[in-house]
Formats: sequence, structure tokens, C-alpha cells
Amino acid sequence: MARLKEEVEEKKKLIATLRNKPWRMKRRLQNLKEAQGFVEKFEGALGKGKGRKLYAFKVMMAKKLIKFNRDFENFKTACIPWERKIKEVESHFGSSVASYFIFLRWMYGLNLVLFGFMFGLVIIPEVLMGLPQGSIPRKTVPRDEQDTAMDFSVLSEFGGYFRYSVIFYGYYNNQNTIGFLKFRLPLSYFLVGIGIFGYSLMVVIRTMARNANEGGDGADESEFTFCWKLFTSWDYLIGNPETADNKYASITTSFKESIVDEQENQKDENIHLRRFLRVLANVLITCSLGGSGYLIYFVVKRSQDYAKMDSSQLSWYQKNEVEFVMSLLGLVCPPLFETIAELEDYHPRIALKWQLARIFALFLGNLYTFLFALIDDVNEKLEKEKVIKNETIWALNQYYANYTLYHNVTQNIPLPEIAPADVIRGPCWETEVGIEFVKLTVSDIEVTYLTILIGDFMRALIVRFLNYCWCWDLEAGFPSYGEFDISGNVLGLIFNQGMIWMGTFYAPGLMGINILRLVSSMYLQCWAVMSSNVPHERVFKASRSNNFYMGILLLVLFLSLMPVVYTMMTMSPSFDCGPFSGREKMYDVVIETIQNLPPFMANIFTYASNPGLIISIVLLMVLAIYYLNTVSKAYQKANMDLKRKIQMQRDEEKNRRNNKDSTNQVMKDLEDLMPNKSLIPPPAAEEPANPAPPSKSPKVTGKAGTAATGRGVNLQRDVSLAAANPRGPVTRPPGPRGPGPLPGVGRGHPPGPGRGRGRGGPPPLR
Amino acid sequence: MGATASKLPKDQLSEYQELTFLTKQEILLAHKRFNELLEREDRQQIGGSRVPMNKILTLPELKSNPFRRRICQVFSTSDLRDGSLSFEDFLDLLSAFSDSATLEIKSHYAFRIFDFDDDGTLDTGDLEKLVNCLTGEMDNTRLTSEEMKQLINNILEESDIDKDGTVNLSEFQHVISRSPDFVSSFKIVL
Repeated sequence: MARLKEEVEEKKKLIATLRNKPWRMKRRLQNLKEAQGFVEKFEGALGKGKGRKLYAFKVMMAKKLIKFNRDFENFKTACIPWERKIKEVESHFGSSVASYFIFLRWMYGLNLVLFGFMFGLVIIPEVLMGLPQGSIPRKTVPRDEQDTAMDFSVLSEFGGYFRYSVIFYGYYNNQNTIGFLKFRLPLSYFLVGIGIFGYSLMVVIRTMARNANEGGDGADESEFTFCWKLFTSWDYLIGNPETADNKYASITTSFKESIVDEQENQKDENIHLRRFLRVLANVLITCSLGGSGYLIYFVVKRSQDYAKMDSSQLSWYQKNEVEFVMSLLGLVCPPLFETIAELEDYHPRIALKWQLARIFALFLGNLYTFLFALIDDVNEKLEKEKVIKNETIWALNQYYANYTLYHNVTQNIPLPEIAPADVIRGPCWETEVGIEFVKLTVSDIEVTYLTILIGDFMRALIVRFLNYCWCWDLEAGFPSYGEFDISGNVLGLIFNQGMIWMGTFYAPGLMGINILRLVSSMYLQCWAVMSSNVPHERVFKASRSNNFYMGILLLVLFLSLMPVVYTMMTMSPSFDCGPFSGREKMYDVVIETIQNLPPFMANIFTYASNPGLIISIVLLMVLAIYYLNTVSKAYQKANMDLKRKIQMQRDEEKNRRNNKDSTNQVMKDLEDLMPNKSLIPPPAAEEPANPAPPSKSPKVTGKAGTAATGRGVNLQRDVSLAAANPRGPVTRPPGPRGPGPLPGVGRGHPPGPGRGRGRGGPPPLR
Repeated sequence: MGATASKLPKDQLSEYQELTFLTKQEILLAHKRFNELLEREDRQQIGGSRVPMNKILTLPELKSNPFRRRICQVFSTSDLRDGSLSFEDFLDLLSAFSDSATLEIKSHYAFRIFDFDDDGTLDTGDLEKLVNCLTGEMDNTRLTSEEMKQLINNILEESDIDKDGTVNLSEFQHVISRSPDFVSSFKIVL
């Protein structure tokens, strides 16, 4: 009975794994029908006796569950947007350009979820259940601004009505519970702010883990260069003959290069000159990074002075100086770095890595300088606020004194009846910060779109149409069509996301703006790529796997978390705007809520925040990391041992065939070398990455068999399977290729070194 | 085409879903495209008919692929060994090249495709043909015979673990499993 059950289980497992077997469909169908028939016949038999109905019911539910899962998977795949578009891009440009669009789509998904949180838990409750616009001071446009509140120039600066709307922090009321649902808005605002970071962190790490599992990013890059070039360089998604030609050219070049590289590795040129040049280049670049940081600081300080002056006297440039300077730096510095990097004379892939690292440092430096300047500004505002607070209290006291004088009442004095628009308002620093971030994001969007339109589209138009009446061939020579700059665009996307993360706490509407930006960006860039770009000549993947960019995203997430947490913890919220007004610190809202909970829950929290407990948990995690590190090193060593063993066995076989006895000693040594347990098939985590290749001889010798027996037998079967499907020798050579490179736009042959961008570095798209 | 195009029966559809890595939409799309390739009179009987190789090679996804003939031959189960594909062969092809196929399946089929003489190993002749496929048929894009020799030496040095001068399936899978690009580039989507 038990054996029958076992067999039924086995058949079920076989059905589940049938698609993993490299058999022909006919054989698989046969096996499937057999296994299904067997299961059906005996499953009924198993359910004899008392439990029969229950068993049958369970079986039916299991089947329905499987079907439901499959339908759900189908539905999920159907829901993925833009699949056709991306496929079109893939077939024209190959998978590396398409990977940018896939990344963009992933970002869109992440932002959609974050937007859902913000919108559903913060904005909607305030709009539906909070007080309406104009009822309390923080929600009303002040009297002196009311004339200009609807002007386009004011609105485009996010002043006027925008400033006093749900988009920014200042609009939200600080009532503890609102509406008939008693929705705790301040608590929700705080938790959503933290939750956004938590959710993003979780998603990024989950994606990184998934990529690491699939892609073996631990392999040393130089280990299998030639093999990888040969076996994995062709991109099967290419469906366009022109792209295919380019790909052939790039593969040929890369073969030739690596053959030459291999020979040149021994050459040792003038190393001192090279070192000197490299140091010089690094010094120059550090200077320019420092210069750009100082420039931004200077400009932000100046903009604060401008803010104190009357805004109607300022020109457009003076008002938008900060954003203008930051975008300019983002456009000008990367090509500058690239030019300086020519001094360094690195291998192109290494040079690309340096370039990316420098651009990263540039953006980071700029962003953080901007933040420091902003924090100075905030501190100033806090000082001013104290003054206004004192004024307000003084005015109130005066009013009370007058009232008492006139009406002879000292208690229960009603509050003064002032229209909300006339109340003295403090400078709401959080809204100011929010406005700065929103303005920065919007200008970033504008710059990106302009660069695409002018840099790519205009350029393509000019090259195409002026070519008829120009002295040299524009298409093959100087400007020619642009290539899609993958790394520049990906970095731009990542930094944009970093700004969004930083700004969302102070401007809940920023998330919505970002969603619009991502959607429009997808359509615009797909169109621009298809209409004005040409496929890359040299295929240089800066990241051998997606994890490189995910790693940068994770770093940016941490770096954007820090300013927000800093301001949450150390700065006191404004006294008259936002959901935390009136409290000492923003996190007080959580402490208040905990204190209001039933006593036993409050006790739990008190115990949990005990420093002793926290320290021991941190120690435990450190120990776990150390342990896992040691284990992974042990696996690597076992891998090397196995490789060596196989080689020794092969030598022994050869020697045995040639009748030399000298190897017996080696075999004996080998036996001593082999630790007893390490030849058990490595645990599941390692298996997909390191199938231990057994020896090649058809008879599975005793020693070879112990090395991962299960896999050894299976692999043998596969090898013999290849032989079992025999064909005659291929008498036809692989078919002739289609027509050569198309005239005009074709670039079948890699042009000379005249192109400054032949290295695939990022051109001024940022 | 018109209304006489045969539809896939439901139980077969669910069986195919069970046995391949394709989703229902992908199978239906494959059915449609395969139908278009068949001659008019064969369209009713999609189960048994085969599409000759030259028609398969007109598919835009395969047209520019240097290995298109090998792909057809590897996946064909025809007795005449002429590279013609039946609908089930076509599904096998799409399943092995789909996004969700495992590394083992992909590397198995990649090995079979690269094995030009079908002897179960990649020897020097196979590797040479492979390099020529990838570098194009023009004389000025080919490698010289010295470069070819050097290249093949380097490859065998890297991947031939048991030093017998050929790359067998397990060595191939070992090399491929470390490559982060393989799974994402070994894909064909209709």
C-alpha cells in the first residue's frame, strides 16, 4: 500500500518535471499519458475505505489548485505592459539596449506600488475626510499672495495654489484622527514614509538575489573569455539583417582583439609614463569634481539671497539658477571626464568602469552638496520660525488682554475670529524642501526630453537631409547617427529614483509626477531609439550581469534614506503646517500611539527596544554572515579539488592505456587526498552553478562514480542520447549569408579610430 | 487564411502547457504562425503535417540567425533528416528558447546546435565551423588560419578539463553555467 503511494507520488513528480527533460515532444507526450493514466487508476484505489470521499475531495482540490496556478501565471504574463514594444527594440538593437527598457519597466512597477501606498493611505484620506481647502490657515493661500496665486509663472514655480495643495507636506492637518473612520493621518504619513524605503529595499534585494541565482556573477571574468565569446556572444533575439551584420563585425573584432590581447599581455611598455599620466588624469578629475561641488554650493547660497528679494525683480535665469547649473554640470562633465580619460590608456572595458564610477561620484557629490546647502537653509528657517512663533504668541496674549479689559472675563475666552487667509504664517520649511525637490525633478525631466529631441532626433534629421548637399559623408563621417547610450540612461534613471525617494516624504505628489514621467519616457525613448539611433558597433556590456546596476540602485537607496532619516530625527517640525505640527520631533507621533495602546502591547515594545536585546541580535547577524562566508569559501575549494581530481584521473587513464605503471602511486595518493564526504553531490545551492563533470570514458569507473553519482549517470545518458539520434554527416556547409551590408546606412565594417565615442562611453545625454 | 484555419483542441493545449515552458498565449501564437507557414491544403490537419526547412527559415526571428539551419536540423524529428518541422517540433523549439526554460535545457540544445557533425562532442572541426558562422562568410571578415588555430587552442585550454582535445557535453555545460549572458541571449520569442 505504501509502495503504491510512493509510486503514485513518483509519477506525479515525473509529470511536474517533464518539461525539464530534453526529450522530443512525442516521447514526452507518451510518458505524460502513461503517468497520468497510472495516477488516475491507482489514486482511486488508494482512497479505499473510510477516507475515500475525503481523499477524492483532496485530489480534486489539488487538481483545481494546479489549474488555477497555471491560469494565474498566464494572466500575470498577459498583464505585463509594453511587451511588443520591447520585443521590437530587442530584435533591432539586441538584448543590451532592450535591457534598459526592461529596467525602466521594472522601475515603473516599483513606483506604481509606492504611488499606491502614498495615494491610498495619505492623499485620499486627507482629501476625502480632512478639512477642505480654505478652511484652516495651512490650507489657504495667504492674503498677500492671493492676487498672483493663479499666474502661470507662479504656478510653474510650484507656488500659489500648488503650494497649498495636497502635493506638498504643508497641506496636511495634524489632527490625530480624522473622519468617521477615525483614520490616524499623522501616524499613517509617518509609517508610509518609512514603508516606502522598506518596500523598495525589499524589492531591490529580492531582485538582486534572483539575478545572482540565475547568472553566476561570481565567476571570474577572465576565466572563460574565449569560450564565452564563442558560445554566448550571439544574440538570438536579433531579427534584423542590418543588426546581424553589425553583430558579425563586432564579434570578429572582438575575437581578433582578444587574440592580440593575449599576446600583448606580456609586453610591458613605458610603465612610468603611464603611471604619471594616470595620476595626472585622476588629479584633474578630482579637481573638476571639487569645482562642480563648490559651484553648486555657491549657486544655492545665492538663490537663498534671491529668495529674500522681491520676486518680480528677478529674471528667469536668476530664479532657476540652481536647476540650470545642475543640469549643465550633468551634461558637460561626463564628456569632459571621457576626454581626460584618454590620457589613461586603459583597456576599454576598464575605462568604461572608471567612467561610470566618476559619473556616479559627480552626481552624488552634486546631490549631497545641494542637500547640505538646503539644510543650511532649513536651519535658517527654523530660526525665523521661532521669531514668528513668539510674535504669534505675543499677539494672542495681547488679544486676550484686550478682551479681558473689555468684557471682564478671564476664562473661556473665545479664539479670535480671523479669516484663515490673514493669519500670520511661519515659513514652512518642509514645504520649501519639497518644492525644491519637485523643481529639480521637473527640470531633470525637461532636460532629458530636450536632449533626446535635439541630441538624437534633430541630429538624425540633419544627417539624413543635409547629407545630400554636404561635402563629406555625414552618415559615415563626423556626426552620423547616434548610438543609444545605455549606461548613461540607466544611471540617469537610478539617480532620478534617488531624488524621488528623498523628496517623497516632503512632497507626496512627487510620486505621481514620477509615474507620469516614467510612462511618457518609455514611449518617447522607444520612439527615439527606433527612429534615430543605430545599433552599436562594439558590444560592450559594462555590467556582465544586471546586478551591477541593481547594486548601484541599492547604494543610492541607502544614500537617499540618510538625509530623510536625519531630518526626521533631529529637526523639529514646523509649528503651523504639516501633519506633525505642534510636536517636538516627528517620531513623537509613533511614541504617542504606542503609549495609547493597551498596556500589554506597550510592554512588548518597551522590552523590544531594550538595548541589550538589540545588541545581541546584531551580534547574531554578524556571526551568521561570517559563517556563510566561510561556507562559500569551502565550496570553492571543493570545486578546485574536484577539477584537479578529474585531470589526474584522465592522466591515469592515458597512462594505463599506454601501459605505464607509474601512476599507481598517484592513484594511491589520490585516495588519501579524497576526503570521504566531499564527493557527495554538492548541496542544492551549488548544483545549478557547478555540475561536476564526470570523466569521459564510457564505463563509469568506481572513482568517477562517487563524484556526484546521480548527475554523472544522468549526464552520461544525455551524451548517449545525442548519439542515439544520428544524422548523416552534414554535407551542406552552413547556408550562404544574405546580401552584404546595405548601402547608405549600413555600417558593416568598424570604422577607424576617428570616432571619439567608439568606446561606448556615455555621450552627453545626461 | 480565413475561417478554415484549424483550432487547437483544448486538451491538447493543456497538455502542451504541461509539457513545455510556454504559456497559453504563446502556444496559441505559435499555432497561428505555424498555420501561416503551412500550405493551404495542409491547414486542416495541423497535427501531422511538416513544414519544409526553407519555409521555416523565412520566419523573421530565424532569418538573420547564423545557426538557423542547425536549429532546424536539431529540432526536426523527420525520418528524412531534411530539417522539416512538425508543429510539435516547433513547440519544442520555442520551449527550449523561451524565457523560462532552465539552464540545463538551453545548454543541452546549444551543445547539439554547435555540434555540426553530430558526434556528441565539439572537436576542432566543429569549433572551426562555429567560428566561421559567427564571423561571416566574407573573406575580409574571416579569421586567418593562424588566428583560427590560436583561438581554438585558447578555447580548448579553457574548457577542456580532461584534455582529450574535444569539448563534451558536461564540459560545455560547466563553461556555460558560469556565463551570466547565456540565458538572456539564448532566447527566441515570437
